[in-house]
Amino acid sequence: MANPQSPILLTNARVIDPASGLDAPGSVLIENGRITAAGPAAQNQGAPEGTEVIDVAGAVVAPGLVDMGVTVGEPGAEHRETLASASQAAAAGGVTTIVTSPDTDPVIDDPALVDFVLRRARDTACVNVHPFAALTKGLSGEEMSEIGLLQEAGAVAFSNGHRSVTHAGIMRRLMTYARDFGALVVHHTEDPALAGAGVVNESLSASWKGLPASPREAEIIMVERDLRLAALTRGRYHAQSVSCSESTKAIARAKADGLDVTCGITVNHLTLNENDIGPYRTFFKMSPPLRSEDERQAMIAALADGTIDVIVSGHDPQDVETKRHPFAEAADGAIGLETLLAAGLRLVHSGEIGLATLLAAMTCNPARRLGLEAGRLAAGAPADVVVFDPDRPWVLDKTRLKSRSKNTPFEDARFSGEVLHTIVAGKIVTP
Amino acid sequence: MSAHHPPLAELYPHRHLLGIEGLQPNEIVALLDQAEAAVEISRQVEKKKAVLRGRTQINLFFEASTRTQSSFEIAGKRLGADVMNMSVASSSVKKGETLVDTAATLNAMHPDIIVVRHHAAGAVHLLAQKVGCSVVNAGDGAHEHPTQALLDALTIRRHKGGIAGLTVAICGDILHSRVARSNIILLNALGARVRVVAPSTLLPNGIAQMGVEVFQDMRKGLAGADIVMMLRLQRERMQGAFIPSVREYFRYYGLDRDKLAAAAADALVMHPGPMNRGVEIDPEIADGPQSLIREQVEMGVAVRMAVLEALAAHLPNK
Repeated sequence: MANPQSPILLTNARVIDPASGLDAPGSVLIENGRITAAGPAAQNQGAPEGTEVIDVAGAVVAPGLVDMGVTVGEPGAEHRETLASASQAAAAGGVTTIVTSPDTDPVIDDPALVDFVLRRARDTACVNVHPFAALTKGLSGEEMSEIGLLQEAGAVAFSNGHRSVTHAGIMRRLMTYARDFGALVVHHTEDPALAGAGVVNESLSASWKGLPASPREAEIIMVERDLRLAALTRGRYHAQSVSCSESTKAIARAKADGLDVTCGITVNHLTLNENDIGPYRTFFKMSPPLRSEDERQAMIAALADGTIDVIVSGHDPQDVETKRHPFAEAADGAIGLETLLAAGLRLVHSGEIGLATLLAAMTCNPARRLGLEAGRLAAGAPADVVVFDPDRPWVLDKTRLKSRSKNTPFEDARFSGEVLHTIVAGKIVTP
Repeated sequence: MSAHHPPLAELYPHRHLLGIEGLQPNEIVALLDQAEAAVEISRQVEKKKAVLRGRTQINLFFEASTRTQSSFEIAGKRLGADVMNMSVASSSVKKGETLVDTAATLNAMHPDIIVVRHHAAGAVHLLAQKVGCSVVNAGDGAHEHPTQALLDALTIRRHKGGIAGLTVAICGDILHSRVARSNIILLNALGARVRVVAPSTLLPNGIAQMGVEVFQDMRKGLAGADIVMMLRLQRERMQGAFIPSVREYFRYYGLDRDKLAAAAADALVMHPGPMNRGVEIDPEIADGPQSLIREQVEMGVAVRMAVLEALAAHLPNK
């Protein structure tokens, strides 16, 4: 049922819309859950009767973030994260759309389960939720899932969660079949056989620590294989989370060859490196593993030149029981919804990335790749908006995190840039 | 009618029928014309001709087949041949004999015609090189099944008056189908427009260069079609390997009333059998007024009689 809300006018703003290249002082007017005007044109134009006027005092008004790398625990691990708690964490971080991984229990590999996620999200979540459906049944990497029926049920793309499809013949058929339906294949690129028992990047520091390590080639080989298959099948492909310069070089070549391929990266791999693991801190254990500083720098360059399209949080809630283990035995994963924007702004403050480039990778780029309406401030677009002060300092206090799990690699981190308001479909959801 | 025509040996100048490929359009038409006569014979009380009297026909089936094997058996018997069925279960192939050894063994028994079905593409050609008699391909792997294409053409011709100018949509597992390959060649040779409709996982590489228009969307592929030819989906292809599931396949590629409505109003539906009802075809359509599926079986016997008779014309008489 349509819930009539009073219009909102955000004034005295720096309006940034990466999709149109807009970055100018102005206002944003929101009516009936949609943006009706944005930018200088919306300034001093008045507003309808009953409009709530918010003077944002020079803060940035941008499209709400679209995070296509979010794992939740619902169904199956609600103690780690529910759709409701994930959505609250998202709202706190300025994320207005989350795209959920299918690796829940049960795996989202049946149209009825897509329907379940969508209904639970509608009833309990305060941001937009779109599910990825499983690429293969049970994420086994063996039998293809019902790509047509799952897409009709509302899956926005197909992912094998945190597992790679190792069988090249099966991957070829998946990409071929998905192409018939115009479906995007999103893939975690890590060859499990080559990664072996590795839990950190293969390097001198791993050797000194005595930890089993995974070479960069475990990722590079999988990315290169997938790109060859994308060329063979002409399928639509997105590497979910790359971390190596050789991977992005291969993707840049594939793009130059006209393939319909894109890639993403987690904000962790842009802002942290293997040295952050320090004395075996398990909150820094993730897949792919954090790489060397050289690789991190190369990833920033690839983001700047457009090879990397999308930044995700890689949000992966783990409870104390799965993280409080010796490093090699602890689970992978870090939460990140609440720190996605703030961590990303570190790159802006250090002068490594422009604010528009950063925001594009978190808004219009993922939205466009997934065919979502979100991620832009144009008149008529959904009123999913983030208002943030890019310079306001704050310190992450993990007791104040909205997420049910607290496995953040940014504990006690000092950030510059804080979310002031998050608006979803014209409704202010935070603070 | 044969009195006004050249003898069959001239109309069909080949010792074997190994495939549709290599046949001239007039040779195909000659076989179809001959089959028309066989239809009449098969509908009589007295169904026997003596063309193959004293001749030995061996049906050598390395792959189980009820309908094709019995069709060839009946065809041979109606022409007066002594027909022996040899299936893989009772053969020495199970004991490790190679195909060439089997051919040499059979050859020593002086058969006149061998009808071969084999799971491997090219096996029938290999056998034909090693025996002295005539060979009919009853299906080799995913390569050819020429008598199926001939019986399909005969069925279509009897209903539509001809083949040229018709739009024929072949739907389903093209990749693994010998029926599809033989039909694509034959229908093109006789001037039909051929389409294939399938998910890309069930299409062979280079299909667009095989003389067909390619469709992944069944409604588009059937739009205005005069003939809808469904193919059998093999069980082992169903679960996850080439398609996700039976229910998804039926949803997008199963012939039901809704999809058939996209075809011409007088479109006819065919299937080489055996059917998977509810997988590639809705039972309502399979048994409906547009279905020619049972008639295809009748035409199968007639076409095989015609083929055997054409080969008989080339058998040595001394």
